Amino acid sequence: MVADAALSYVWALIVALAVFAYIVMDGFDLGIGILFPLFRGEHERGTVMNTIAPVWDGNETWLILGGGGLMAAFPLAYAIIMPALYTPVIAMLLGLIFRGVAFEFRWRTQRGRRFWDGAFFAGSSLAACMQGVALGAILQGIHVEGRHYGGGWWDWLSPFSILTGLSLMAGYATLGASWIILKTEHELQQHAYRLALRCGLALVIGIAAVSLATPMLHSQYSDRWFAWPNVLLSAQVPLLVLIAAVLFFFALKHHWERAPFFLTLGLFTLSYVGLGISVFPFLVPATITIADAAAPASSQRFMLVGTVVLIPIIAAYTGHAYWVFRGKVGTEGYH
Amino acid sequence: MPAAILLARAQFAFTMAFHILFPAISIGLASYLAVLEGLWLLSGRDTYLNLYKYWLKIFATVFGMGVVSGLVMSYQFGSNWSTFADRAGPIIGPLMAYEVLTAFFLEAGFLGIMLFGLTRVGRTLHYIATLAVAVGTLTSAFWILAANSWMQTPAGFGTNAAGQFIPLSWQQIIFNPSFPYRLVHMVLAAYLSTALVVGSVAAFHMLRRHDTPEVRRMFSMAMWMAALVAPLQIIAGDMHGLNTLEHQPAKILALEGHFESSPHGAPLILFGLPDQAAGRVRAAIEIPNLSSLILKHDLHAPLAGLNTIPRADWPPVPVIFWTFRIMVGLGFAILALGITSLVMRARGSLYSSRLLLRAALLMGPAGIVAVIAGWFTTEVGRQPFTIYHELRTLDSASPLAAPAVAASLAAFAVVYFTVFGAGAFYILRMMRAPPHAGESPTPEAVPQRSAGIVPRGLV
Repeated sequence: MVADAALSYVWALIVALAVFAYIVMDGFDLGIGILFPLFRGEHERGTVMNTIAPVWDGNETWLILGGGGLMAAFPLAYAIIMPALYTPVIAMLLGLIFRGVAFEFRWRTQRGRRFWDGAFFAGSSLAACMQGVALGAILQGIHVEGRHYGGGWWDWLSPFSILTGLSLMAGYATLGASWIILKTEHELQQHAYRLALRCGLALVIGIAAVSLATPMLHSQYSDRWFAWPNVLLSAQVPLLVLIAAVLFFFALKHHWERAPFFLTLGLFTLSYVGLGISVFPFLVPATITIADAAAPASSQRFMLVGTVVLIPIIAAYTGHAYWVFRGKVGTEGYH
Repeated sequence: MPAAILLARAQFAFTMAFHILFPAISIGLASYLAVLEGLWLLSGRDTYLNLYKYWLKIFATVFGMGVVSGLVMSYQFGSNWSTFADRAGPIIGPLMAYEVLTAFFLEAGFLGIMLFGLTRVGRTLHYIATLAVAVGTLTSAFWILAANSWMQTPAGFGTNAAGQFIPLSWQQIIFNPSFPYRLVHMVLAAYLSTALVVGSVAAFHMLRRHDTPEVRRMFSMAMWMAALVAPLQIIAGDMHGLNTLEHQPAKILALEGHFESSPHGAPLILFGLPDQAAGRVRAAIEIPNLSSLILKHDLHAPLAGLNTIPRADWPPVPVIFWTFRIMVGLGFAILALGITSLVMRARGSLYSSRLLLRAALLMGPAGIVAVIAGWFTTEVGRQPFTIYHELRTLDSASPLAAPAVAASLAAFAVVYFTVFGAGAFYILRMMRAPPHAGESPTPEAVPQRSAGIVPRGLV
């Protein structure tokens, strides 16, 4: 049925957008965790923690929606990808546990504060790295047998997945540094400018390396990018990346406050679009397509009703929460 | 049962038993906070505001732990139970997606305002945020118990060529036969567990002669809850049991220890040593015919035994025989506490009876332990199926090697004991300080902190 097939693509778009919303929103707060040891003294650490405290858990909710949405709309893909990524997924969850409780616990103790600061850094870094590794592991291919994952529990580990892991860490750190530029003033902001420059360089190198390595993984990817006439369209992506990167460094040099954050988001958006160009219409590259994995139309339709009604409402009150806590952050807190 | 599957079950049981604590307490505390802030707005009495701020910081910590432990649950379906996820995903998935959309986002969106926003948004909007969080916790319970109940008493579904369960009627799926009973039983359990914790903290401070108006107020409120909700919970539990007998007889027969049929009325086995292999209960202490009275409301009603059911479909009897007795025993102990409080209240010695205060102090964890025992009873009682009579646990697991599952189980154990052990320590330390006038929502010069977090996937 045409309508049912279209429904699956609508759901693929929704899941992709939920995952992207997660990357954008949790990205900057994971990035702050990655950079946390570079902030010195209780003043800096308290302030950067404050910039994300009221919003980080809402940000993580998108991860649950991404995972839950994948299970609900594409159960077969979920059932194959999760066991294939067993170790990185569990490591990511353990990392998120440590960094999540650190938000609360570091304020509850004097003696243990250094420990929870360490947990915040290590947990954020581990979670970010494992998300990148998971992406790399999916891109390089998953061994499927029937309706099951058919590989071993170390298949995910490769030079390519490590490269994507490190690149994503660099990306999140850039987001985090430019978020701090946005939310703070004075010396802390100057510090964040310097961090953003270094992280941004690492990010651009990461994007370039992953972009060059990906087409070599599969002929599907290289055909998609280099075959005539696709190349006319696909070539626009690296071109735009180049423009965004140049603008980003220009903005840092001139100490613009908002541009670095939004240009980093632009780089993430372009990379995500590039990812989509590589894998579409597959959910598990080269084996399981969107149509193969789709849940019955009755499941997808039931969820679509709720999603169409609720996502705008969620966006509205999430926006409101950001609005309530807008502007520069002090060390004082808000009560 | 293969080692990998046993380990995966152990992992689910372990992470679940930890996780369930946090939603149970945050459902109760969120409603309690809504009541406290409402009373403050109505009466203008600072006692309520001080209590609100006191419990708010404990709520924030509990909620944070609930979010991160719930995140683990929502990914474990795919990582450890991928065949289940593939086959049941079309039904369980949308229910969980609705939980995220209607509950988690609501909680996460308003928790930041609830925790940090009192001076930023004004009283009315702040109260709306508190109510939104409370409604969010209850909504979350609604969806996750719908999903769990569907696994216990599946309805409204068909199957397709790929072996997937496909939805035919969402109304029947959500309002499946055991759902209303389970939902009421769980929400009452959350309220009761929270009341006992609140009462215990109050009793602790009264016994140490920190007899402030705040402490008295929360002790009185907690004891009212115990006195009113404990009898309701026993009635709800009885009805839930009758419903289970109708839809999952093997579970009830196992937890009662009825291996053999009783044509003239079944005895209630108080204690004994169930022997699954031999199919009998050793050293049983029993009251004749009482089980028939409870289950059939007739002393002489015949009751078929487990021996009428194929052995391959028996749940592990000794486990749920005991967890059930722990739950019921604690339930009656809570009832006794509630009744004692009514007597002392009538005598005017609610705040001075050391017997009552000591009992309330001791009973602090009783509700939480009963919740865990209850979940073991219902979940282990569903075995050997993940979806009752439709999908066996053996056929639900991921194709994983045992070492992978063993390693992750060990990692979870280390991390959970470290993280949640520290969390319990911080919570107890916050509770050790009595609530007082001019209560601040944070102990030190704490800046705003987490907007708490998210999920409470019970399942």
